[in-house]
Order: sequence, then structure tokens, then C-alpha cells
Amino acid sequence: MALFTAIVIWLLALALLLPAWLGPWGFPEAITPLARQIDSRMTLTFILSGVIFLLSQFALGYAVLRFSRKREEAASYVTGNDRWEMLWTTGGLALFIGLSLASYSAWAEARFDAERHAEGDPNRLIVEVVAQQFVWNMRYAGPNGEFGPTDPQLIDDSMGNAVGVDRSHPMGADDLIVPRLALPVGRQVEIVLKSKDVLHNFFVPELRIKLDAVPGLEGRLRFTPDKTGTYEIACSELCGLGHYRMRAFMDVMEPAAFETWLVEQAQYLQ
Amino acid sequence: MSQTVQYTEVERHAEPKGFVNRWIFSTDHKVIGIQYLILAVVAAFTGMALSMLMRIRLVWPDRSYAFLETLFPVGAPDGVMTPEFYLAILTMHGTIMVFMVLTTAPQGGFGNYFLPIQIGAPDMAFPRLNMLAFWLTLLSFLTLMAAFFVQGGAPGSGWTAYPPLSALREATTAGIGQDLWLVSISIFCIATMLSALNFIVTTLEMRTEGMALMRMPLTVWGWFTTAVIGLLAFGVLLAGGILLLMDRNLDTSFFIPGGLVVSDRLIDREGGSPLLWQHLFWFFGHPEVYIAILPGMGIISHVLATFSRKPVFGYRAMVYAMMAIASLGFVVWGHHMFVSGMSPYSAVAFSVLTMAIAVPSAIKTFNWIGTMWGGRLRLDSPMLYAIGFVSIFVAGGITGLFLGQPALDMYFHDTYFVVGHFHLIMGVAAVLSMFAGLTFWFPKMFGRFMNEPLNKLHFWLTMFGVYGVFGPMHFLGTLGHPRRYADITGVNYLAERGSAELHYFITIAAMILITAQFIFLANLLWSLFAGKKAPENNPWEATSLEWTIPSPPPYDNFAGRVPVVRRGAYDYSVPGSAKDFLMQHEPDEMTQEPATRDVR
Repeated sequence: MALFTAIVIWLLALALLLPAWLGPWGFPEAITPLARQIDSRMTLTFILSGVIFLLSQFALGYAVLRFSRKREEAASYVTGNDRWEMLWTTGGLALFIGLSLASYSAWAEARFDAERHAEGDPNRLIVEVVAQQFVWNMRYAGPNGEFGPTDPQLIDDSMGNAVGVDRSHPMGADDLIVPRLALPVGRQVEIVLKSKDVLHNFFVPELRIKLDAVPGLEGRLRFTPDKTGTYEIACSELCGLGHYRMRAFMDVMEPAAFETWLVEQAQYLQ
Repeated sequence: MSQTVQYTEVERHAEPKGFVNRWIFSTDHKVIGIQYLILAVVAAFTGMALSMLMRIRLVWPDRSYAFLETLFPVGAPDGVMTPEFYLAILTMHGTIMVFMVLTTAPQGGFGNYFLPIQIGAPDMAFPRLNMLAFWLTLLSFLTLMAAFFVQGGAPGSGWTAYPPLSALREATTAGIGQDLWLVSISIFCIATMLSALNFIVTTLEMRTEGMALMRMPLTVWGWFTTAVIGLLAFGVLLAGGILLLMDRNLDTSFFIPGGLVVSDRLIDREGGSPLLWQHLFWFFGHPEVYIAILPGMGIISHVLATFSRKPVFGYRAMVYAMMAIASLGFVVWGHHMFVSGMSPYSAVAFSVLTMAIAVPSAIKTFNWIGTMWGGRLRLDSPMLYAIGFVSIFVAGGITGLFLGQPALDMYFHDTYFVVGHFHLIMGVAAVLSMFAGLTFWFPKMFGRFMNEPLNKLHFWLTMFGVYGVFGPMHFLGTLGHPRRYADITGVNYLAERGSAELHYFITIAAMILITAQFIFLANLLWSLFAGKKAPENNPWEATSLEWTIPSPPPYDNFAGRVPVVRRGAYDYSVPGSAKDFLMQHEPDEMTQEPATRDVR
């Protein structure tokens, strides 16, 4: 029984860990410098936690095997050892908090600058992403480069004004509202994230970032995609019965193709 | 005087007459404990059935089942589960498991039954309050179940019930079901706070002579710290629940901001914040995790020491770790909200605190292994469950190192990685501790053993089952699979990476896991009436006070003569002793006791 128990504990531990390492279920491709930075912290955490995990499971199985009833000696009367307690308390504290601090810079890069409206790339592209039950709406400022004012009273999905932009305002007349998030490669993007009704969540696995769209608040995300391709935005906060099908596509294009796309969309508007 | 067992005479109470007074509206903590356990078993099997429906819906979304149409004509027309119905059973599964199983069984069940006996008390401090707490809990459970059968069905906003989805009638198909959910949870909060107060007073005031705090079994420490957490945490959820009920029914706007437009219609509310609910909910919700697991930690420490024939390694460190978990547990709630839109600066503080709370958990794990190290292990089924607990606790806890870092949590938040993580650490670990507790105490509670081969079969099937169900969920998480999706074909990137195969594997593993639980249930019922009789008071050769009295224990527990406690709870294999355990009331055989009696 002891041998069986020990072996099964070890096997189950390996069955959990090895596929994570060798299996086909790794992360999708990273398409921003930030995503690659996060991936490197993932690797660090994976190695560290994998070692702790394996050592603990090995020790557990070994204890079962080594100290089973079959052995002749009586159990030793040991009530504890303060040195060991100190060792794993301070060791654990240093290790875990160190790990937390190691990924701090990635978090700061993902969120701090946008949060405090710090100076970003002056040439950055600002896109407003407005979530509503089961649909993503992307708003571009249009040729004049400024977003028009919005009013919830003006929202009318059937007339194509899902975000309630004031079309009579000079800045609002040319705002583009489209269902796809088109982005030029190699240029910083700032997403201004909003919701019209309930909580939603903007998640593109390849970007490694995620942020709730909270009604009444504006969320901001900055990133610079450096690989062209079509990716998916999957809603990652329960938003109702159509949550599972609330997705949109994110196209990262060559800059020239992006400019052409913008012109085409402006023509559709007229 | 010190060489004989001593007793304190206490007042005796007359046993109530009649079936109803003895077994139904009883104030006896042991009966109430069993009532909580029965409720938890019913709730657990209900929640498990719901999880099976979820697994079926994910893998075979179009299949029709006649019994579903009969049971849920709205949720499953023609026997096919709708996406709304998936969200409803998901919400109910989570709510039932967290509240009605993980909060009731370890604390209300085992705590009620064994805390008074282990500290040498005839009953809880407030027996009537205890009875009230149970009946309120049952009322809460029935209210929750009623949500299935009202118009619109059970709510589909998740067990976290985030507004505005849970607050706006316009945003969901569920109507009064969400109100019933909130009423049920509010009643549950009151019941749990009453019960917690009772546990705290009992532990502090009802201990027998000599039962110093630092001599208490770690089980008692687990129930005591859990009660402190419960008293502080459930009040906040109660407040939140009442505010949300008002938002739904009295047109207030605590959680509803202005300018909302649902399906092209402007909602006439303003001034509230959805984040306020998340703060209130998780201020309760994170400590709730520890409410579920701390009693289990106590039981596991107790069982490991008993079956290793060795004192608990680092008893004091174990107590301090529980206190650290209980207090730090109140300042880490923000890690559920890293991507909620709250200030990213606060996430840094929450992250450091979250990583800090991993330390006492690690201390406990190392001390458990330390307890086994150098012992003489008896691999009876309670011990197997305890070993399984440690294995699962490590597996479920270690992934917290990813989730505790905001930069990494951005990817994993609300994916199946989180589902795998919290099911292992909070669900499976806590349930394994309950199996350990039940198999360990079954001979005390009913005077019979459970069937050992069936327990072992159940244990191994459960271990394979839980690793098979929750292990692959981590891989779904690394693929970026969002949780709470009623259909796995909603996004392309998952299908391309083999998520369907993983889901299929998980569903098969879940079927094995659930079958195993029926083996346990059958064993439980069979053993109640036909199990092997427990030979004497103390079949496991354990040390704590419940093993000094007959099985099952009589009314009043100690029949008016409570033993005086002479030692800590884990004196196993004391050198020079004739047997390898010294019970808490037994005098020292070798050394002379001081002339003065031990005082609290």
C-alpha cells in the first residue's frame, strides 16, 4: 500500500506538470514586447513553482514510502524544530514576494502610464472600444483626428450609432463605428475601454492583457503590436446569455493597408 | 494525586423526550452537527449533478434529454439545454457548493459535533442559537432551490453576482430567481454569523479544566479561527446582498451607474458603482476561501498526527499560521479585482499581501510533511484522504503563484486556469478533508466503521478523477479559454488548439469522479446499519477527549464527569511510555506532576 501510494502521488504530480511543459497547450504567439516580457515572467514562475511542486510531492510520497508501518522502529517523538520553521518562513517570504516584485515592471508598463494619462507616443492611435451585450463596437476619430461628443440618448443600434455619437457636431460627423478592431503594425495603440450596459472584458490572448469594460468608467490599455495577422477579442467577464459568442476580430495590418482601410470605412460612412 | 485520571463534576441535563425533540428540533450539538452534514450531503449531490449537466452541455451541446424537459421546461425546451440554462446551473452549482457544502459541512457539521467534545463541554454555549442557525441555513437552502422553479428560472449571473448584470432586470432572462438567490444568501449570512458567535463563545468559555488554548487540538483551532473569520466576513456580504436587493426592487442605485443603455433602452438610474459590489463581495469572498479550508487544515493536522503516531510538527507554528491566514485573509481581496478597472497601484499592494499569505500555507504544508517524517504511518483510509489532501493542496496552491502576480493574472484571470486552481485548493482539498474527517470520526459518531476496501477504492478513483478533471483545466487556461462560456465553439482560436479534446477528456474524468462519489454514498449508508462494529471507545488509539467517551457519545457527552486535561493533544510515541499514545486526560507515567493544578 505504501509503495502504491507513493508511486501514484508521484505519477499524478508528473501527469499534471509534464503536459504543461511538453504538451501542445502552450501560450498563443506573443505579438507585443509587453506580451513577451510577461511570458518571460511566466517562465520564471513556472520553473520556480514547478520545482517547489515536485519537491513537495516527492517528499510527500517519500515520507509515505519510508515511514510506513512496516518499519521496525517506533515513531520519533519530535514536536517541531524552530530552525526549520524559520527557514521555510523566511525562505518562503523572500521567494514569494521576490516573485511578485519580479513581475512588477510588466504590470507597471501595462497599466500605470495609461492610467495616469502619462505622455505616450504622440503619434499613437487612439481607438475607443465600446462593449455592449454580445457586441464589440470600435470607434475611430475619423479624418479630423478628434472624437465627437456622445450622449446615451442618441444611441440607436438600428441606425448604426451604437455609441451615441453626436453626428451634428463637427467632430462627431466623421467618427467611424465599426465591428472590427483594425490596427497598424508597429505603432502604439491606446484602447479606451467602455461599456454601455453590464461588465465585459477585453481579452486578446496574443496581447496577454485583459481589462474589464466597466459601465461608468473608462479603462485604458496601451500596447504596440509588432506582428500582422488576425486575432480574436474574446469577452472574458460574464455578461449574460450570449457571453460565449461575444467576440470580435482584431486585424493588425501593414501601415499602408491600414490607411487604405480607414479611407474605405470613411467612404462607407458617407 | 497526579497519577490518576481526574474529573470535574458538572451539572447534568435531562435528555429530551420524544422523536421530534430528540432528532428534529433538537438543541443537542451532535444532532445539529449531523443535520448540517445531511444538508451538506444533499447539497453536494445536487451541486454535483449540476456540474455533470454543465460537462454534458459543453461536450454535447445539441443532445436532448427527456428528463431535462420534464424537470426544466423553460431551461431545456425539447430536452436541450439553452445557454441561459447553462449559466443558471453554473451559478447554482457555485452557490450550492460554496455556501451549502463548503461552509456548512466542515464548520456546522464536524465543528458542531466535535468542538464541544474535544474541549470537554457538554454542549455549545448557546444550544438554542445553534438550533436556530441550522434551521435558518435549511431555510436558506430551500429558498435557493426555489429559484429553479420560478418564472425565468435560476439566476445566471454567477455565484459572484456582479452587477449591473445581477441588478438590472432588463439585462437577463432571470427575474425573481435572482431575488430568491439574494434572499437565500442573506439568510445564510445571518445563520452563519449566529453560528460563528456560538463557536467563539464556546471555545473561549466552555473548555474543561486544564484545556489551555495551546493544548487544544488543531481541529478546535481551525473551527475557532473559522468562526472569527465568519463573524467578520458574512456581515459585509449581508450588507451587500441587502443593497443589491434594494437596487433590484426599490429603484436604488448603489451598484448602477448613470447612462446605461440595455438593448437600445436608456436605464433611468444613476450614481452607483459596479466596483463597490466587487469590493464588498470579495471582502467576504476571499475570507470565505479560508472558511472552507481552515477546518480542513485542522482535521488534516489531527489525522496526520494520529496515523503517523507522532506529535504534530510545530504545533505553535501551525496555530500562528492559522492566525496569520485568518488576518491576512482580510487584506487580499483585491487580487480578485486586478483586471476589474480598479486602480492599478492598489494591485501592487494586494499582490505583495497575496504572496505573503502563501507563506503560512507553505508553513502548514511543510509541517504536515514534517509530521509524517520519522513517524510510523498507518495507511488507513482517513490517513489516505489526509495524504491526498496534502498532495492536492500543493497542486492547487502552487498555481496561486501565477494568479497572485497582476501581470500574469491579466492573462489567466477568468480563464479555466482559475477554475482549475480554485476547485483544487478550495473545493477538492476541503472535500478530501471532510472525507478524512468522516472516515476518522465515523466510528465515534455511529459506533461502526466504514467499509475499508470501498473507502480505498473511492479514494483512488477520486484522486485520479480530480487530477483528470481539474488538471487539464489549467491547460485550457494557458490556451486562453475564458470561463463561463456556454459553448466552446464561440471563439476560433480555441478550436484550433485542441480545446474540444481537452473538454472531452474532462467530461469523461468527471463521470468517473462522480461515479466514485456514489460508491462513497453507498458505503456511508450501508456502514450506518451494517458496518463493522467499533470495538471500544478509542479504535484509532487517538489522544483527544472525544475518544474517552462511548461511541456514539451519550447526551451531555461526558455524563456529568468531564476529565481534567493534563497535556497537549498530540502526545504520540512519548519516550518511556508503555503505549505509543497518551490521551489528553491521562497523567504522566514517568515524571511527577507539579503539586498545583494546571490553570487555564
